[in-house]
This record gives sequence, C-alpha cells and structure tokens, in this order.
Amino acid sequence: MSRLWRASPLTYLALIFAAVLSIFPIWWMFVIASRSNDAMGQLPPPVTPGGNLGANIARLFDNTDAYFLTGLINSTIVATTVTVSVVFFSSLAGFAFAKLRFRGRNALLLVIIATMMVPTQLGVIPLYLLMTKLQWNDRLPAVIVPVLVTGFGVFMMRQYAGQAISDELIEAARMDGCGTPRIWWHVVLPALRPAAAVLGLLTFMTTWNDFLWPYAVLNDPANPTVQLSLRALSDGYYQDMSQVFTGTAIATLPLLLVFVLFGRQIIGGIMEGAVKA
Amino acid sequence: MTVQLDARPPVAPTAGQPRRSSGRLSRLDTRFSPYLFIAPFFLIFGVFGAYPLAYTFWVSLHDWDLLGTDHPFVGAENYTRLLADADFWHALVNTMGIFVISTVPQLLAALWLANLLNRGLRARTGWRMAVLVPNVTSTAAVAIVFGVLFGREFGMINWLLDLVGMDAIDWKSNRIASWVAISAMVDWRWTGYNALILLAAMQAIPRDLYEAAAIDGASRARQFWSVTVPLLKPTIIFCTIIATIGGLQLFTEPRMFNSGTNPIRGGPLRESQTLTMYMFENAFAPHYNFGYGSAVAWLLFALIAIVAAVNVLILRRLGGGAGPRKGATR
Repeated sequence: MSRLWRASPLTYLALIFAAVLSIFPIWWMFVIASRSNDAMGQLPPPVTPGGNLGANIARLFDNTDAYFLTGLINSTIVATTVTVSVVFFSSLAGFAFAKLRFRGRNALLLVIIATMMVPTQLGVIPLYLLMTKLQWNDRLPAVIVPVLVTGFGVFMMRQYAGQAISDELIEAARMDGCGTPRIWWHVVLPALRPAAAVLGLLTFMTTWNDFLWPYAVLNDPANPTVQLSLRALSDGYYQDMSQVFTGTAIATLPLLLVFVLFGRQIIGGIMEGAVKA
Repeated sequence: MTVQLDARPPVAPTAGQPRRSSGRLSRLDTRFSPYLFIAPFFLIFGVFGAYPLAYTFWVSLHDWDLLGTDHPFVGAENYTRLLADADFWHALVNTMGIFVISTVPQLLAALWLANLLNRGLRARTGWRMAVLVPNVTSTAAVAIVFGVLFGREFGMINWLLDLVGMDAIDWKSNRIASWVAISAMVDWRWTGYNALILLAAMQAIPRDLYEAAAIDGASRARQFWSVTVPLLKPTIIFCTIIATIGGLQLFTEPRMFNSGTNPIRGGPLRESQTLTMYMFENAFAPHYNFGYGSAVAWLLFALIAIVAAVNVLILRRLGGGAGPRKGATR
C-alpha cells in the first residue's frame, strides 16, 4: 500500500548485490564441504561444488575428537524439548496476560518486558555454580532447563492473543460452563496456532544455535551439542578444513531447511513483532 | 412433618447444590487460574534467570574460586583489582571498538536496504528471504567460515584486495583488522534482520505524508531524510538498543574467529578479546576465579546500561533537528 516507488533496474541491481553478499558465505561453505583440502590453497578460490562430500562426511563421523554424531543427536533433543516447552508455557502465560483479569497483571507484564532487555547471560557464573550443586554439569538438563521459558515468547503470544481471540468467544465458553483450562485448550490454543508456529521456529533456531551457555557448562568433550562439536573441530591441531566445513554445513542444514520451508512465516513474525513492539 | 420437610428438599438441593459448588469452583477458577497460567514462567525464570543475575553481584564481593572451600568476603576488592587490570581495559577497548565499527555501518546499511525493499518489487518474499538468511545460520559455523575468508595466505578477502592492487592484511594479528573482520561477521548476520524491522515500520508511514512532501517539491532523497527517517526514530532507537545489548556481549564470533592454543584470549596479544571472553577466561578455564569473573560481569552490565542510555540520548538529540524543519513546512 505504501510502496510508493516503482523499483528501477538500479534497485534490482543493488538488491542482487545485497543478496549475493548474504548468500555467498553459505554457498561457499557447501562448496568447500564438497571438495578436497586442495581447494583451500587454490587461487582464484573455487566457487562450484566438487565430488568429495561423501568422503568428507565419512571422515567427519569417524573423527574421535569431535563427537559430531553425539552433537547432532544432543542438539536435536535439546532444541526440540525447549521448543515444545517454550511454546506451551508462552501460550499459557500469554493468554493470561492478554485475556484474563487479575491483580498485578500490568506490573508482572512489565517484569516480563524487562527480562527481554536485561542481558541474563551475564548470570552464567552463578548458573554454573547452581548446576554444579544440582550435578547437572556436562549433562543435557543443564542446557535445557534454564531456557524452558522466555520472556520473548510470553510477550509475543500475549500480543497475538490480544488481537486473535475475542472476549465474546471466551465469555460464551464460560457461559457453557467451561473452566479456564478448558477454554485455553479448546478456544485459545487453536486460535494461537499461527503465532505458536512462528515462536516454535524461532525458538528451535535460537536453541540449535546456542553457543555461550553450552560452552560454559558442557565441558565433557564426549557429550557436546553440535555447536561445541564445531568448536572441537576448529580448535583441533589438524587443519583438515574440508572436514571442518562439512561439519559447519551439516550444522547449518537443519536451520536452512526450516527457513526454506517456513521463511514466509518467520519474516511475517519478525515484521509484525517489530510494528507492535 | 420432618419427613415431609425432608422429602421436599431433595429435589431442589440436588439441582442447587452442584450449581452452588460449581459457582464456587468457577470463582476459584477465575481468581487463581491466571496465576496458575503465569506461574511456570516466573518459577523457572526466577530460579534460572533472575536469581543468577542478582547472585552474580554477591559472588563478585567474595574471593571465590573453584578449589577453595570457603569464600571469604572481600568487599569491593575484585572491582578495585579489575579497574587496575590492563587486560580488562584492553578487552573493554576491543569491545567498544568492535561495537562502533559494526553497529554504525550496520544500521545505515539496514536503512538503505529497507528503503530498497520498500518498493514495488517482483518476488518480494524471495528478496526478503535472501537478506534474512544470514540471520538463521549457525553463528559458530559462520565464524569458522569467515575465519577462513579472512585468512592471511589463502583467504578470499586478501585475494580480492590483491586483485585491486592492495597489500594483504593480517586479519588475525593486527588488532584493528581483527575488529573489522569480526564486525563484518556481525553485520553480515544482523543487517538483513534490522532491515526487515525498519521495513515494517516504513510500511506503517501514511502515504499522504509523502504526497504532501512531493507537492512541496521535496525530492525523493529529501523525502527519505525529512519524512521517513524522523518517523522511524522509535524503531531506530529500538534497533540500536538491541544492537547495544547484543554487541557489547559479543562472544561467539570472536571466540570462533580465534583458534589455536588459547583462543579464549582472542589471539596471542589479546587482539580481539571481548569483555565476555575476558569474563570467561577468568571465571572458567583456565582460572576458575568466580569472584573476579562476576565482577567483570557486573561492570559489563553497567557498561551496557550506560551505552544504551547514551545512544538513546544521542538519537533523541539528532531527532531534535526535525523540530525546526517541521516549523518550516508550516
């Protein structure tokens, strides 16, 4: 509607330039992943895939320092659990903040917004001490439990619930004798589905990507997340770069897959959130 | 009588009693359900988010390391030692340097990109996805890739510099150059994301403002700087605050950019060690000095708050320039 200006050829040229800058490092990662180590020393650098991907993957999974397969499995477990939990708890709390009346609602909502602004990862040291006390060091609960809820998730669901669910609908369900939990299950949850999907996608990607906290608390090299496997690969004394790049490519692939399938929804979520925030 | 009296009520109470109890249930429900619904967030966040943050301060007042069994209270000693610690100031300068080098071009480029995307484009979603895709990639993976792109001998960037007749740059051992390389990583990831947020705000600007400006004879560039940018101010402030919080805590990119024997130091001479890396070096391997590390965390926290506040003030001030212009159109 407010796209006032026609796009000139120059606009497209500039956008192509931006798109190439965006995509090239990812493309090149896959190029090196599919070539032998000779490619690293070639100038001009190769920009088309080679035929070495299978051999590189085999070397990667045989590497006894990186525990790459364990990393993949661990990251899948962690990201999936966290995603389900964040969506579940956020839709509960978001609904309560948007549609239910209770004492302290506004103050508590402010607390939630504040948690989004405060850099909580600065609490890693006591969190580490806490994990030591719980004996969760080096174990997956240490990277799952602290992120089971996010202020961002609650806020996002609250914004969406406010506009997607009519008060009349909730009132009607109450008249029919539905308690709040049943209203949440039968009325609220179905209406929140689009926002829940976007929140789930964003949470999955963030968790899969998480580096700082796993780096602090998962010190057992035999039990890493996939990002920590990458660190082990890149810190290794050998410089088998095509193997390292195969690792980075495989670690990135699930994210790219999610993005290709649901990019439209993710973009919608980011842009809508921006207008309302 | 009694039988009669007893005989009559049974009909009514059976109908009335459940209603009464369900009435009480539903009162309990409306009263307590909201708290039940929000409780999980506050419980989990309280234990694993708020408590550690506050407790960091407590730890920072103690001589507290991995091996010691008691943690004597030392007051502000960690802080005074820290303020006299050259490596701390070195990391602070690195962090601020990377922050400035990355954030300013990033937001300008995002503004430019948003302006391009805010036109009648073919394949709109495709372009948006193309600029957003860096944001969804794995940070650690991309840092490794950029580490190779910025390699000294066979890196593609140096090869390109050579093509245009410039000398090769040692991106890892030159302090400023390492800041630039890390900033490039940060900008690559975040420019498209910020562009989409700015684009969303641009699309909310009413069209007649531009029509009025066009009637007044404002060129397109003039319209952009006099209409679009001032109206985007809240969004630009939002993006700046987010960039400040993220940028001053930068960790993964510089950590993965450095490999070798002691990467947490950010290179042999701490060329690209950020404050968060410095916190890690002290709090975890190799030193495990939790008290000292916590003091770094709190100073970093204070720094983020100060820089965010200063940014907001500066941007408000810059926006103040719109005031006279508004008067002029009248």
